[in-house]
Amino acid sequence: MPPVTELEAPVAGGACDGGVNFADALTAGEAEIARVMQICNACRYCEGFCAVFPAMTRRLDFNAADTHYLANLCHNCGSCLYACQYAPPHEFAVNVPQAMAKVRVRTYQDYAWPRAFGKLYERAGLTVAFALSGGLALFMILAIAMNGRLIHEPLAGNFYAIFPHNFLALLFGVVFLFAILALGIGVTKFWREVSPTKGGDLADIAAAAKARVPAAAEAVSDVARLRYLGGGHGEGCNEDDDAFTLWRRRFHQFTLYGFLLCFAATCVATLYHYLWNFHAPYGFTSAPVILGSLGGIGLIIGPVGLLWLNMRRDALRADVKQNAMDRGFIMLLLLVSATGFALLLLRDTRFMALWLAIHLGTVMALFLTLPYGKFAHGIFRSAALLKFNIEKRMPNRLGLGGE
Amino acid sequence: MPDVLVIGGGNAALCSALMAREAGASVLMLESAPKEWRGGNSMHVRNLRCMHDAPQDVLVEAYPEEEFWQDLLKVTGGLTDEPLARLVIRHSSRCRPWMRDHGVHFQPPLSGALHVARTNAFFMGGGKALVNAYYRSAEKLGVIVRYDTPVKSLELKDGRFIAAITESGERITAKSCVLGCGGFESNLEWQREAWGQNERGEWTAENFLIRGTRFNQGVLLKFMIEAGAETIGDPTQAHCVAIDARAPLYDGGICTRIDCVSLGVVVNREAKRFYDEGEDFWPKRYAIWGRLVAQQPDQTAWSVIDQKAIGRFMPPVFDGTQANTLEELAVKIGVDPVTFMETLNAYNAACQPGTFDHTALDDCRTDGVTPAKTHWARVIDTPPFYAYPLKPGITFTYLGMKTDATAACRFGNAPSDNLFAAGEMVAGNVLGKGYTAGVGMSIGTAFGRIAGVNAAASAGFSHPTFKEELAYAAGH
Repeated sequence: MPPVTELEAPVAGGACDGGVNFADALTAGEAEIARVMQICNACRYCEGFCAVFPAMTRRLDFNAADTHYLANLCHNCGSCLYACQYAPPHEFAVNVPQAMAKVRVRTYQDYAWPRAFGKLYERAGLTVAFALSGGLALFMILAIAMNGRLIHEPLAGNFYAIFPHNFLALLFGVVFLFAILALGIGVTKFWREVSPTKGGDLADIAAAAKARVPAAAEAVSDVARLRYLGGGHGEGCNEDDDAFTLWRRRFHQFTLYGFLLCFAATCVATLYHYLWNFHAPYGFTSAPVILGSLGGIGLIIGPVGLLWLNMRRDALRADVKQNAMDRGFIMLLLLVSATGFALLLLRDTRFMALWLAIHLGTVMALFLTLPYGKFAHGIFRSAALLKFNIEKRMPNRLGLGGE
Repeated sequence: MPDVLVIGGGNAALCSALMAREAGASVLMLESAPKEWRGGNSMHVRNLRCMHDAPQDVLVEAYPEEEFWQDLLKVTGGLTDEPLARLVIRHSSRCRPWMRDHGVHFQPPLSGALHVARTNAFFMGGGKALVNAYYRSAEKLGVIVRYDTPVKSLELKDGRFIAAITESGERITAKSCVLGCGGFESNLEWQREAWGQNERGEWTAENFLIRGTRFNQGVLLKFMIEAGAETIGDPTQAHCVAIDARAPLYDGGICTRIDCVSLGVVVNREAKRFYDEGEDFWPKRYAIWGRLVAQQPDQTAWSVIDQKAIGRFMPPVFDGTQANTLEELAVKIGVDPVTFMETLNAYNAACQPGTFDHTALDDCRTDGVTPAKTHWARVIDTPPFYAYPLKPGITFTYLGMKTDATAACRFGNAPSDNLFAAGEMVAGNVLGKGYTAGVGMSIGTAFGRIAGVNAAASAGFSHPTFKEELAYAAGH
């Protein structure tokens, strides 16, 4: 019978007695996914909940790439755990969300670029703490070095009296582009590993090419609507017990769209500055301030709610080692919006430079940790959803006729 | 004192508790299992067999009353009670809105289970999700649930329920009571006694595995029999399928089934075939193979396939024994290789040319071998070869309380006016033998709801909306 595997040393196969002949050696975490999926594949009761189970039914065994793909396809909604007849205390000890979570964080780490920086995931709390203290120190020191002090006579909200615009644009531009590059290289490595046409023939390549556009559209919709936090029936996912709730989806939407609105505010301001030579400070009714304020509200409601849910989440399905990564990222988002509002309110006072340094330091910490923290989940999960939407449009090699 | 006491914690008990509570009665439920094992066999169920005259959400086409009835008649060989069977059938056509109201979600048929897309509505997440939904709804409505509370006996007076006595000796009175506490499948001693010794001197049931809960010990079933309640059914009749011999003794559930029987041959410990593996589609035959295997030496057999079958059946939970030659396979599974090769060679030689199609009753059959294989008979010649060991897996037993359309227990040919039974405890009224997928839930839901409503009625509460639904189900 399927033993409860120990999650330590790498093992070569062995989901059940007799052993599964995996082509490549799996880590303990990957082997646990393969073991659990072999049980799930013989049951399939959870097919309606999410994308993981339909993806599973296209396979008879699970190699390392499959486990990486499925781990990132899983949203940890919890539905399958509470519905599972084989969940602990059953001797099969099936816990899909936890098995997936453990491998998922390993994929962020293993696909990180530069590779050595993946280590930062192992000390996620420390990483956020260093990034935040470093960012704050950097801008405090810069403010003092460039202006001699942090408290000053009111400057009518003119940030550029403290830090010249081009200096900020260059500094953040470089860091942001690096983050994009690092995430881009990471997700490209991931995609090559799990590509729907990997090992496929010409027919597969043709089918995938044909599927690409509709699949991309559906993947975008899956992400934009957070479809798989709906539980498959639209009543939401689980938090502390078997009851469903839509609050995780709602808070995540506040966070996602809050983030995007803040990003839009920055883009609009950049256009104002370079295209129309229209410089900050912008009025309370200007597009950058309205977008930024709406985004900021989202980034307060969303992270506070997600943090609250995260603290209540049933430990049975969590990988508690990831709490620091999850909560560190949530706290950073919250701090970015909170300091942004403080700056907006205090920009006409003597404390503008201080709060500008605090806000910019926090934003810098967020940017620096984008490729080495929880933010990566959005990139990898989107890629997994794209693969899912391509794959489901390709012919299924299995023809299960019987029960 | 609660108005209605419900003993049990699975689908039927929950349906009773919900209906009685909806009627306005105060309800106490006693579940023998701890919370994490609640729900009896219902935590393993997959779907509900549903009559429908037109497509309904997850159900395609139509499955009219008469067709459902004919299916039931066929699998039970006539060992059924037609009015009660038709009550269950008609009830299944209208009960799903009520189930949804209490949080049950349905999903399209699972991949690899399309053959029942027309007849069966699948629960999203399976039976445990259904049980969870019912418990949430029950608690929200104010049903009191006590876990870890097995009942050892009842206090009866002139066919009336007075009180239940728990294992710990607590006496719980109520105005009426529903018994929804299952068959005796988990009671290995009782199974052993019921099946007895075969002509080889084996205690047949010693090699059985129980597919579901360990908590259905049949304590109150035995109590009721000894108290003189009218019973129905033969203790050796059960929903019994051939499952993987390596499954755990209890709670192996759905994933331990072996679906490749019709794609290969099945041999017993003597390395001989014993039944037509291709008689019909596997979903229509899986329920007879438990008994077939139970009749073999050691109650063991092996399903043998070759590479051609891989990917054509639901993947099994345990890997098969694999070998590159048939002789090697025989040695690995521990049967006599000489006889095994005789059996396989005779079968292979008898396979007639045909066009293999595992989605239809194809024309690949044997000629000149006994037993014949009448469909999907292909030569077993392509390595690697695989063998899966089989044992009988008991899902639930059919021995139970005789009842009528009121779900009342009966003493001395008269119905009790405040003691009712539901679920596996009355399934034998409809299922004298055999099984067809999802009908256990049809029976449990129908009798569970009826028992709940009647228990509430006998305590003086009238259900506000069920009358019309019941009148339809009862054919009035």
